[in-house]
Amino acid sequence: MSDQSVQPSTPENTLAVRVRGVKKAFGKGDATTLALRGIDLDVPYGELLMLIGPSGCGKTTLVSIVAGTLEPTEGDVHVLGHDLLAMSNRRIVRFRRENVGFIFQAFNLLPALTAVENAAVPLLIAGWRRKHAVEVAADFLEKLGLGDRLTNLPSELSGGQQQRVAIARALVHEPRLLVCDEPTSALDAANGHVTMELIQNVAVQANRAVIVVTHDSRIYSFADRIAAMEDGHIQRVQHGGTFDENVPHPKDG
Amino acid sequence: MIWVAWKMLIGNRAKYLGIIFGVVFASLLIAQQSSIFCGLMSLTVSQILDVPGASIWVMDENVQFVDDIKPLADTELFRVKGVPGVGWAVRLYKGIARARLEEGMYEQMILLGLDDATLVGAPEHVVMGSIADLRKPDGVIIDEAGYKRIWPGEAYQLGRVFEMNDHRAVIVGITKARKTFQSFPIIYTRYSQAVRFAPPERKVLSFVLANPKDGLTPEEVGLRIEAETGLQALSRQEFLWKTIRYYLEKTGIPVNFGITVLLGFFVGTAIAGQTFYLFTVENIRQFGALKAMGTSNRTILLMVLSQALHVGVIGYGVGIGLAAAFGWWSGQTTRLSFFMPWQILALTGAAVFLIVLAASVLSIRKVFVLDPAVVFRG
Ligand SMILES: Nc1ncnc2c1ncn2[C@@H]1O[C@H](COP(=O)(O)OP(=O)(O)O)[C@@H](O)[C@H]1O
Ligand SMILES: [Mg+2]
Repeated sequence: MSDQSVQPSTPENTLAVRVRGVKKAFGKGDATTLALRGIDLDVPYGELLMLIGPSGCGKTTLVSIVAGTLEPTEGDVHVLGHDLLAMSNRRIVRFRRENVGFIFQAFNLLPALTAVENAAVPLLIAGWRRKHAVEVAADFLEKLGLGDRLTNLPSELSGGQQQRVAIARALVHEPRLLVCDEPTSALDAANGHVTMELIQNVAVQANRAVIVVTHDSRIYSFADRIAAMEDGHIQRVQHGGTFDENVPHPKDG
Repeated sequence: MIWVAWKMLIGNRAKYLGIIFGVVFASLLIAQQSSIFCGLMSLTVSQILDVPGASIWVMDENVQFVDDIKPLADTELFRVKGVPGVGWAVRLYKGIARARLEEGMYEQMILLGLDDATLVGAPEHVVMGSIADLRKPDGVIIDEAGYKRIWPGEAYQLGRVFEMNDHRAVIVGITKARKTFQSFPIIYTRYSQAVRFAPPERKVLSFVLANPKDGLTPEEVGLRIEAETGLQALSRQEFLWKTIRYYLEKTGIPVNFGITVLLGFFVGTAIAGQTFYLFTVENIRQFGALKAMGTSNRTILLMVLSQALHVGVIGYGVGIGLAAAFGWWSGQTTRLSFFMPWQILALTGAAVFLIVLAASVLSIRKVFVLDPAVVFRG
C-alpha cells in the first residue's frame, strides 16, 4: 500500500494540495451514493497530476472538492495553504476567484462574448477595467497562437481553438491551481495532443499545480504522476509519463 | 460584469427580443388603455371645463353629474344671490336642442345659455368672430368640431343660419371646445334666447353659477348656499370629481378598461417572465462557469437585475413611444379622446418595474441555488 499515500516526507510548503480522509455522499437515506470513500492525495507545486479511472468512479467529485466548488461530507482539504473546510462560503468564492483556473470538458465559453472577451472574464470578475483586461487576455491568446482569432465568437471557432481560448481563460489571472476535467474528450487526437502540449508548456510552473482528470489514455504521457481511481478510492499512484494498465490492482480493504 | 451580463442578454437575439416584446406589449397596452380611459373621463367633464369664469356650481340636490339636468325654478337664482358670502350669481341654461339646418336636415346640439348681462361661462378660445356679438339678435357661437360636423369640408363662415324650435339662429362666432361624450355640436347663446331655442318646459334653470366674495373659498360659500337653500352647491373641482366618480361607479367603463390594463400587465409579465426565465435556464451553464470562476452571488444578482432593468427600460420606452404615437394618430384621424398625463407614465413605469422584477425573481433564484459544480458535469 506504500504507493497510495504519496511522499509522506514532503514538507507542507511544497504541497499545493493535501487531501486526507475525504468522503463524499450524495443524497439521503436509501438513495445515498458514496462517491468518495476515503481519499488521501497530495499534489506538490510544479506537478501535473492526472486522475484516471472508469466513469462514475468519483474523479469529477474529487476534483470539484479540491477546486472549492463542492464540500466534502467528511475529511480534510488543504489547498495552497488554505483549509477549505474552515472557510466561509464567501471566502471560498474569493479563493476560487484568485487561485483556481478551470478547464471544462464542454469548454463552457460564453457564446455572446468574443474569444478575447471570454479569455478576459476572470480578470473582469476580479474587477479589472474592461480595456485593460482585454489587452492582457489578447497577449495571452497570442501566446497560444490565437492572435488572429481574437474577435471571433466561440461559434466561429473549431473545438481545438475553443479549448485554447478556455486555456487562456483558465490561466490569464495566473492562478496557482489549474483544474481540468476531461479537457481532451471533446477533441480529436491531434487537437487533444496540442491542448495537452499547451497545458504542459504554459500551465505547468514551479509555483503552480495542475490536476487533469481524464480517461483518454493517449495523453497519459503528459503526466508527472497518475492516480488511478476506482469506486471512490485511489487505487494506486504511479510515477512517470506512462501508465501501465497491467500493474495488478491491490485488493479493496 | 454588468457589461458581460448585457452582452449575454443581447447575444441571445431571439430571447432578447422576446423579453422586450413582452415588456413593450404590457407598457403599450397599459399606457394606451389608461390614456383612452383618462380621455373618456375628461370627456365627461369637458362641459364643466368649457364653462369658465365661475367657481361655484349650484344645482338640484339630486344632480349626480354634469349632464344630469334637473331644472330649478327661476326664483332660486335670487335665493342664491341672497346667501351671505356670495359675490355674484348668474343663470346657466344647459340642454339638448334640435336644430333644423338650411338643407332641411336635423341635428342634435348641446345648448348653453349664458347670463344675458355678463355672459359668464363664455368660451375662452374664439377662432372666428367675437363673444360680444352674442348680444346681437339671434347670435350664437358654435364649436369648431360641430361646425365641421354640420358642414363638412366647408370653410368657416360667419352669418350662416339655422333654426331651433322655429327660431332663427345666426352664427356670430366659432370657438374651440373640448370633445364631449355625445360629440354633438355645442352652441353658446344668451340665456333668454336659449330658453326660446329649447323645447318648452315648466322649469328651465339648469344651474346657477356663482362666485364667492373676496377672501372666501368656493367650498365654504358652497356649504352656506346648501345650508340656506337646500340646493346642492359644489366648487368647480368638486363638481368635476363628482361627475368622474359617477362614471366610475355607475358605468362599466372602468371595469372594462381595468380588465384590459390587468390583462396587459399579466400577459406582459407572462411573456417577459417566461422568456427571461428560459433565457436564464439556457445560460445556466454559463452562470455556473462564472460562479465556479469566483463570481459572487452579489455580482450574479447585479447581473440578472441589470439584464432585467435593461429590457425594462427599452421595453418601457418603446411601449410609451408607441402609445404616444397611437394617441397622436387617433387625435389626427378619429374623435377618440386620448389623454396621457404624467401619472400614466408613472403607473406604466411602476408596472414595467414589477414585470421585470417578477421576471428576474424566478431566474435569480435559479442561479442562486445553482451549484457551481454543475459545470463539471457532462
Ligand atoms: N450531484 C450528484 N448527485 C448525486 N449523485 C452524484 C452527483 N454527482 C455525482 N454523483 C455520483 O457520484 C459518483 C461519482 O461521480 P463522478 O465524480 O462524476 O464520477 P466520474 O467523474 O469519475 O465519472 C457517480 O456514481 C455519480 O452518479
Ligand atoms: Mg467526470
